[in-house]
Parts: sequence; structure tokens; C-alpha cells
Amino acid sequence: MKSPFLRRLPLRRAASMAKPAVAIARAASSSVSQRPNSDYVSFPGALKSAFASELRFETPASYAALPTYRVVDQHGKVVDQSFQADISDEQVVELYKNMLYISIMDLIMFDAQRQGRLSFYMVSAGEEAVSVGSASVLDPEDPVYCQYREQGFFKQRGFTTKEFMSQLFANKNDTGKGRNMPIHYGSGRLHIHTVSSPLATQMPQASGAGYALKIQRMQEPKSKPRVAVCFFGEGAASEGDFHAAMNIAATRSCPVVFICRNNGYAISTPTLEQYRGDGIASRGIGYGIDTIRIDGNDIWAVREAVKKAREMALQDGGKPVLIECMTYRVSHHSTSDDSFAYRARVEVEDWKRRDNPITRLRKWMETKGCWDEAKEKEARDSLRREILKGFAEAEKEKKPALRAIFEDVYEELTDDLRDQMGQLKEMLDKYPDEYDVAEFEGGKDSLKP
Amino acid sequence: MKRLVVGQIKGARPSPLPLRIARCYSTHPPNAKLNLPIDYSTTPLLAHSKRPALGNASEIPAEVRNGPTKKMNLFQAINDALGVALAEDDNVLIFGEDVAFGGVFRCTMKLAETYGADRVFNTPLTEQGIMGFGIGLAAQGMRPVAEIQFADYVYPAFDQMVNEGAKLRYREGSNGPHAGGLTVRMPCGGVGHGGLYHSQSPESLFTHVPGFRVIMPRSPIQAKGLLLAAIRSNDPCLFMEPKILYRAAVEQVPEAAYELPLSKAEVLKEGKDVTVISYGQPIYNCLAAIQRAEEDLGISAELIDLRTVYPWDKQAVLESVRKTGRVLVVHESMVNAGIGAEVAAAIQEDRDTFVRLEAPVGRVAGWSIHNPLIFEKFTLPDVARIYDNIRKSLAY
Repeated sequence: MKSPFLRRLPLRRAASMAKPAVAIARAASSSVSQRPNSDYVSFPGALKSAFASELRFETPASYAALPTYRVVDQHGKVVDQSFQADISDEQVVELYKNMLYISIMDLIMFDAQRQGRLSFYMVSAGEEAVSVGSASVLDPEDPVYCQYREQGFFKQRGFTTKEFMSQLFANKNDTGKGRNMPIHYGSGRLHIHTVSSPLATQMPQASGAGYALKIQRMQEPKSKPRVAVCFFGEGAASEGDFHAAMNIAATRSCPVVFICRNNGYAISTPTLEQYRGDGIASRGIGYGIDTIRIDGNDIWAVREAVKKAREMALQDGGKPVLIECMTYRVSHHSTSDDSFAYRARVEVEDWKRRDNPITRLRKWMETKGCWDEAKEKEARDSLRREILKGFAEAEKEKKPALRAIFEDVYEELTDDLRDQMGQLKEMLDKYPDEYDVAEFEGGKDSLKP
Repeated sequence: MKRLVVGQIKGARPSPLPLRIARCYSTHPPNAKLNLPIDYSTTPLLAHSKRPALGNASEIPAEVRNGPTKKMNLFQAINDALGVALAEDDNVLIFGEDVAFGGVFRCTMKLAETYGADRVFNTPLTEQGIMGFGIGLAAQGMRPVAEIQFADYVYPAFDQMVNEGAKLRYREGSNGPHAGGLTVRMPCGGVGHGGLYHSQSPESLFTHVPGFRVIMPRSPIQAKGLLLAAIRSNDPCLFMEPKILYRAAVEQVPEAAYELPLSKAEVLKEGKDVTVISYGQPIYNCLAAIQRAEEDLGISAELIDLRTVYPWDKQAVLESVRKTGRVLVVHESMVNAGIGAEVAAAIQEDRDTFVRLEAPVGRVAGWSIHNPLIFEKFTLPDVARIYDNIRKSLAY
């Protein structure tokens, strides 16, 4: 929104004040004239449009759905003949184990939440390839904005079991200082922004981050080229921030890779109630953004597409690229959701059985001869042990110091906040039986001004 | 804005309409003694000569104060501050709707030409996008200065400001990123004929949000010093510019760079009988009302400019009220849950100040309505209402 009215006043005045030379130069730079007898539109808003003499509305149905790129099919068979694995078998096994890790952690933590041992959890079952695959081809220093279902990205980039568990249990080792709900991970060390609950807000921020990287590289041409990366679901793409982010990234030529996880549902809302166009990918073209739709259950397709997208995002001084990953949300939306209230159990079971990113890669590995049942069992057992050990340790840790309540609102504590911290301390002194401060690092003493 | 329109009418071709059309918005009644136009060319609140502006002497370093000054109006002072910020720090970027050609209020004149189209640029027309973009830039260590064309249009960006910009440092904890480099500028306040969507002063909405510093200057000297402080501050700042002062308020502004402290009020005039607290344009109305009250009633009033409305300078206010025992808070935005509510509550809540109160805390503010075009003169706090409230407070 901007004023359609008042702004005209200063403009007119400016025109009368401006020196003639400046005025002419400005007029020339923005003037587009429609030549007589031209076959093409030269209105400022669309420059390469041919005139048509037939009245015909474009309908979405006139266009086939954008194709979905895959490298490996459901049976683990390579279908892109130009494909060659660019990493060693050991590295593939690492990717596989990271996907497995996430799926096992999901099961353990989901149950832990059901037992009341943590307040909330969200699994990412069925979407492990999108997050693990993209993390495996991006630069470790590319700043990343996640939505919340990208645990695999954290794992692949190097988030440790201790870091996962510290955040989930909001203990003193949580870099978020115990302020955020579970699964709102973040890591300064790994250049991944802390997840925030409001959907799609991270999108225009990623555009801004991309622009910052571009400017910083112009200022330091020898620095490493980097792109900003932004994950979001197809539901979040209905938010105004999606529109803002796409448009601003395109007009400012920001090096950003937007990765959409289209898993068919936004909580209970199926995509038919989310949009009527051809998914999210078709919109990218409307914004003038290079776009691809891929099979999100195929980690090879994810890797190939993200690798290429990163390269493209750095071309021509920088530009955004959009990747729509088609997947299926196998799990409930969160621990606060029972998805069988709005979709058939059989549909979910079908997806689990028929196509799943973990089994697909497993099939590929087995064909390649670098994986078998024994290795599978060993991997599952050791990952489970590792996670349970981290779980037990994190649960025992103290909570962050109470002082964290007041810190980081501003760079320094304001007088008011210092005063309020004192008021809380006074309450704890006066009514010791009303508050349990024992589990917090340093007890109530951390509240001393 | 009024001056602007009058200027245009003078230069326009002869109109077939009678000239009365120029007064279709509010004018001053012929017999008015209180509600007279503010004469910005003589008010002691502006530094008309090289003499340093009132009260700033201790805050602006002597070498800056005694150095060369230049006559600037408010938009020129903002333009000057933005130029300084761009020159001294490569991380400063300026963007928003129509800023590249100089801005609809001229605040960004010549900046794109001087500092390049990569650092001063137009964005698509999307406030939520502008704000999100700015937060993303700040999180990467830049110092973005985003412009919202009118404060009335900040609401699409409310989510980004409240849930993201304000909370970023808190949410990230020890991870590092924060939006402290972000400054958001927006023209605000009544302009005589702005109607519903060119008049608003939404500052109190943002003072209910922890994380932002909310600032409103009253003069060119303040605008330059406070804006530079905001841009250099490591907290996200919301800088609200009373647009009626863009051209009206003119003073001698030091040419060198300087900062004025954030979250620090300025005592503009000492007094012993009543304290008047305000910020932004109404400060001028307050002074006019005080001058008349002092003449008529033989009293002396203290005038305080909050400058930063959040986190605000509680100590300065409390100290003054303890001395005078009577207090009025004056602002344009509507009275309920406005800045005045917070200031009044803080005054009565302070044990040492409550006992010194000789009269109820008064609030002179906009009515609890929207800003109606033709009724503005009856809506915003004017000299007569402030004067009357001073009298009421003293008579209590």
C-alpha cells in the first residue's frame, strides 16, 4: 500500500523544481513509447507481448502440469541416464544414515511427547530426502532459513545429538536459551537461523539475506560466493510473505534458493483447498524466477537440482531460483494433531509402503552393493542407542539461568527490565514455596542486577 | 503540506474557480488568541541563528556545535543524516517505495546518485516485503534503513516487525543473529488534510512491543542526531517523522555528524508549577500554550520532549513531576492506550512521585476516533486544549 494521492503533490512540485537536464534524463530513462504499426506491445508494463486479434483468455487447463524431475524411480532404478553419482559409496551411506537418524529420532521423540516428557514435537517422516539432500550440496556457510520440518538439514550440516536434545528439552546448553518451543532449532555455528513459528515470515528475510550476500561480495570480491536458502511448505506459500519474497528477490536479483516442500497437506487442509494453480512451481515463472519441480522422495533429484540451482543463483550477479519438491507428509502434522481425523489411514499406509525417500535410497544402495540387511540393523541399533543416550543426558541437565528471561530483548538490559528482574527476584525471595527455581542454572541468584 | 499546496496554487494557471477553494481545509478563526498558526520562523524551539539549539548544548560535542552549520528543514536534516550514514558505513542500505528518485517527501534526494543504485533503491510495493527484507539484511550484519511511505501503511508489516524484527535477538539467544542494524523510517502525524490514511501516529502500537526503540524528533537538529543514533544503534529502531514539519521546521543544523542519545528526554524549559510532556509536533503547541498560561496566570511550566517514546526516559519525567506536582501528557494519537496512558500510569505507580501529585495526571490527545478529513482542527490537541488543561490542573 502507498498513498495514491498525497504523493502526487511533491512529485509535481519536484518536476517544476528540477533542473531541465535532470528532468530530461529521468524522463528518457523511464519512457517507453508505442511505435505506430508495431506488432508488439511497448507499454511500460509488458515489453515483449505480441498483439493478438483473437479474443482468447488463457486458462490454466491450456497448459500441462510442469513435469517432475527424478533421477531414481520408486524401485531405486536410475532413470536419468546422464546421471552419475558424484560422491563415494561411503558418502552415500552417510546421507542414508542421516535420513535414518532423523526418522528414528522422530519416533523416539514423538513417543516421549506422548509420555509428557517434552511439551511438543513435529516429525518429518517422508521428507527426509529434501532436507538431507539439499544440505549435502550447499556450502556449509550458506545462510539457511527453515520452516520447522527440516531436521534433516540440521543433521546433515552437523547439528549434534546433544544440540538437538538440548533444544528439545530447553536445557542450559540450548543456544536459544530455552525460550523457544521444541523443534525451533537454530545454530549460529552452522549458519542456520532459528526457526520461528509464524509461517513464511522467513521468506522475505531470505531475500534480504541474499541481497546482503550479494552486496558483501561486491564489497569483498575475494570472499566466498554464497547464496541464501529458504525452506517453506506449500501451505505457507499462500501467505502474503511468499508473494513479497518472490517478487522482491526477483526485482533485486537476490541469490536465493527457495525450496518448497509440497507434501500435500497444511495440517488438515489438502492442496485442493490451498490453491487451484499448478502447485507452487507454476507461480515462480510468473515472478520471472527460474523454477523446477522435482520428486522430493528422490535424494538424487534433490541433490542434482539444488546443486544446479545454487550455481544458477550465483550467475549474472545473482538471481533467485525456486525448487518445488513433491512429497507426502506421512506423519501427523505435529503431536497436537491426529491426521486420521481428515485423511484415510490407508492413504498414509500406501505412501509409507509404496514410496519413501529412505527406502528408495536403500534400494539404490542395495543395487549398488554397498548396503544390506545386516548393515541396516547395525545402523538402526547404533543410531537408536546414540539418540537415547543424548536424550537421557539432556533430560538431566539444568534449565538455562532465569536471567535469560530478561536478556536479549535489547542489546543491553533497559532500566525497566533491570527493575522487573529485581521485582521477580523479590517475589522468589518472599514466596520461596510458590516457585521451583532449583532446576534453573544458578537458581534465583542469576536475577541479581 | 499546507505550504506546499499553497505554493502550487500560486504557480498554477489562473483558475476559473474562485480562490476560496484554497481554504477548503481548516483555517484559523479571526478572533483566535490561542489557536494561532505556529510561527516556526520565530519559535525558540528551533535554532534560527548559528546559536546552538535550546538544551542541546551538553549533548552535541563543542567542536560540532561551534563548527559550520547549515539552514535545513526537517527533510533536509534527514537527508543529511542518511548521507552521513551511507558515507561512513558501507553496510548502510536505504530502500522502500519510491526512494530512488528522492522519495515522495524528498528525504532521499541525491542519495542514489551519490551512493549508487545498489545501496539506495526502490522495492516493489509491499510493506511486509520491505520489512522482511530489512530484517534479513540486518541478520547478515548490514544496517538497512527501510522506509514505509506513510505510518498509516505500516500495518501489513506489523507481523514482520512484532514477531520477527522485535523478537529476533531474543529468539536466537546465543546464536548471534539479530535485527539490531535495522532502522525503519516513516512519516507520521496530522498534516491538515491527510484524512484517515495520511495522518496516523501509531507509535503506541509499537511501544507495546518489546524489542524496538521508538523515536520521534521534533526538529531538524533532533532529526539528524536521533536518526544517526538510530542507524548506529544495535537495537532495531522505529523512527517516526512528523511530516507536517518536513518543510515547516527550519533551523541551523551542524554540518558535522553527531548523535543525540536515545531513550533520553530533553527538558526544553524549566518550570516549577506544572510539567508538560510531549514529543514530535505537539511540542510546539505545548510551548505556545505554556507561554500564554505563564502570561495569564503568572505561573511557570516545565516542558519535556520525550524524543524516544520507548524505552522512554522515566527518570526525567518522574524528577520533574516530583518538583511540580502537576502534569499533562500531550500527543496526537488517540488518548486511550496511548503514550499518555503509560506515562500517567508510571507517574502514579512511582511511590515517591505519587505522593507529590497535586492534581490528577492530565492527558491531552486525539479523541478515540479515526482522523476525519474536514474535522482535523477539532480532533488533534491544539493550543487551546492544552492551555485549558494547564488551567484545570492548576485550579484543581
